[in-house]
Amino acid sequence: MEADRTIDCVGLYCPMPIVRTAQAIKEMEPGQVLELLADDPGVRSDMPAWAEKTGNEFLGIEEVGGEIKVYVRKAVS
Amino acid sequence: METVPDENAESMTLIVFSDALDRALAAFNLANTGAAMGMRVDIFFTFWGLSVIKKGGMERGERSFMQWMMGLMKRGTPGRLKLSEMNMMGLGTGAMKGLMKKYRMPSLEESMALAREQGVRYIACTTSMAMMGLTEDDFIEVDEYAGAATYLSLASKGSVNLFI
Repeated sequence: MEADRTIDCVGLYCPMPIVRTAQAIKEMEPGQVLELLADDPGVRSDMPAWAEKTGNEFLGIEEVGGEIKVYVRKAVS
Repeated sequence: METVPDENAESMTLIVFSDALDRALAAFNLANTGAAMGMRVDIFFTFWGLSVIKKGGMERGERSFMQWMMGLMKRGTPGRLKLSEMNMMGLGTGAMKGLMKKYRMPSLEESMALAREQGVRYIACTTSMAMMGLTEDDFIEVDEYAGAATYLSLASKGSVNLFI
């Protein structure tokens, strides 16, 4: 998936991937896609929960080996 | 540092009653996650929980002898807190800090700095302060010095309210 910005949270645990995501999204333009790289299995559930709560769009997860890639689109409204 | 809360945001309140390092870590983990989820977060520090936001001064000031002694035994500051379990004269706490560093988990000090960056508000309980002989000068940045009615007013509007 094409992303406008990527943040690397490999090796970081809850709540850091969520906090870093929130910080990154704040700096991005509406409609842009953020890619989060992580290896904490908690992000599989935490990222959709964060997106739902904040009104941003959870686009999906890709997993290759132990690396988890999460995609989120910044809310337009 | 004064933080201005968003009145329309969903809100969360935490009561930090304990001065245990593990409990403080859990409280700030939730505070940081809540703030990252767009929630307004207020933390009410009361009883031993005041140690988390103390500067750690040892001077007697206006305190009675009892209050001064209590202050020396509970000097506080985030770096001096101990685990509620397995402290083992500080060995357990040191080991836990080592593990957290190894796994790149933020220390309590780092979590607290992050919380302030994210606009988490601190409220100090004035009743506990009076009992312990503490004044505003004994604390790091605090947004409000208040009592139970202030907490309950916030909690009645909050969707997540926890006693830690």
